[in-house]
Amino acid sequence: MFDWLQHFADWLIYSVFGIGADTHLGIALNFFVFDTLKILILLFFIVFIMGIVNAYFPIERLKDYLNKKKLYGLEYFFASIFGAITPFCSCSSVPLFIGFVQGGIPLGVTFAFLITSPLVNEVAVAMFLGMFGVKATLIYALSGILLGSLGGWLLGKLNLEHLLSDWVKEILENKMQQAEFQGEKRSFRDRLPEITRGAWDIVKGVLLYVIIGIAIGAAMHGYAPENFFNQYLGGGQWWTVPLAVLVAVPMYANAAGIVPVIQVFVAKGVPLGTAIAFMMATVGLSIPEATLLKKVMSLKLIAIFFGIVTLCIILSGYLFNLIL
Amino acid sequence: MAINKEVVMSKTIKILGTGCPKCQSLTGVVKDVVSENNIDATIEKVEDIMEIMKYNVMTTPALVIDDVITIKGRVPSKDEVLALLN
Repeated sequence: MFDWLQHFADWLIYSVFGIGADTHLGIALNFFVFDTLKILILLFFIVFIMGIVNAYFPIERLKDYLNKKKLYGLEYFFASIFGAITPFCSCSSVPLFIGFVQGGIPLGVTFAFLITSPLVNEVAVAMFLGMFGVKATLIYALSGILLGSLGGWLLGKLNLEHLLSDWVKEILENKMQQAEFQGEKRSFRDRLPEITRGAWDIVKGVLLYVIIGIAIGAAMHGYAPENFFNQYLGGGQWWTVPLAVLVAVPMYANAAGIVPVIQVFVAKGVPLGTAIAFMMATVGLSIPEATLLKKVMSLKLIAIFFGIVTLCIILSGYLFNLIL
Repeated sequence: MAINKEVVMSKTIKILGTGCPKCQSLTGVVKDVVSENNIDATIEKVEDIMEIMKYNVMTTPALVIDDVITIKGRVPSKDEVLALLN
């Protein structure tokens, strides 16, 4: 599918710039040009498609669905899927959280949404697709959704409502009057330019991270020896997965910047499962997210939330390494 | 209130958002539209999450014109904001 792009990168680096295909610099530059362009194209299309999906399934509609349908235990799974298809902006996590619990959705189901939303987002999916291919992307997305369902279900079982902030409890008790919302009544044609613009904005927003991430990846790709990480991280030592996850949890890295680096780790010998677990911990949990959530829940609840999700990610890392 | 509004014709615009990049870009768009078209309006940024939640929005940024939520969760174009203000 991207052969033409590889030909372009070969032509540009080896012919136009005249840098040899057998030099470190040539390999690194070729990798950089090819990957940057490929990623940007994929990113635009996926964000664009997600934009269309979202125009038809706004979050309010998803919330109503969760609220009104009897889902017989599948509500965790559905909330998790909705989390995956909803574009995530970390600053929306608090309003989403309140909106869900206020709408009568159980805390555990809300958590399922909250776990998956940053974990499986359009940028992460596009980056994964570009760097690891379809199979790894499907594994990542599906396991992210299952992990969100499981984590939400566990958190729901623990009955943690009393650990919410006081003002959130108040909201739950007295429903506030709702401001009037003018629903979107515009046609698809009217919305298309705006969806395109939105997709373009997101691509522009992560462009710098993509370039930096791929530049680091390209440098490592061209210069780090084959199996370089193998001796440290690839030998299947039991502690590599928890270590990778624990290092990644506090990190706040953009999916766009982190995936190209992870890809090189995998190419140089780190098991894919360890890499996926690292990626999940990076995008799924972060200090800034914890800071935001501090407004709606007690530290104890945040700690339980992060603890359970971290545990789930570590377990899935082991599982991936077993089956992949 | 309604009568008052018609006499003065001044609009109250509120931008709800906790200060993320999207919220800032919405503020920029609204300010540009207001100044470019000499619209009589006061722009207020609502950054306190408890205040924001009173509007029952689930996605930020949101644009509130005279207490009606008109946009949420995205940054509109200038033309769209202008149309909403007229």
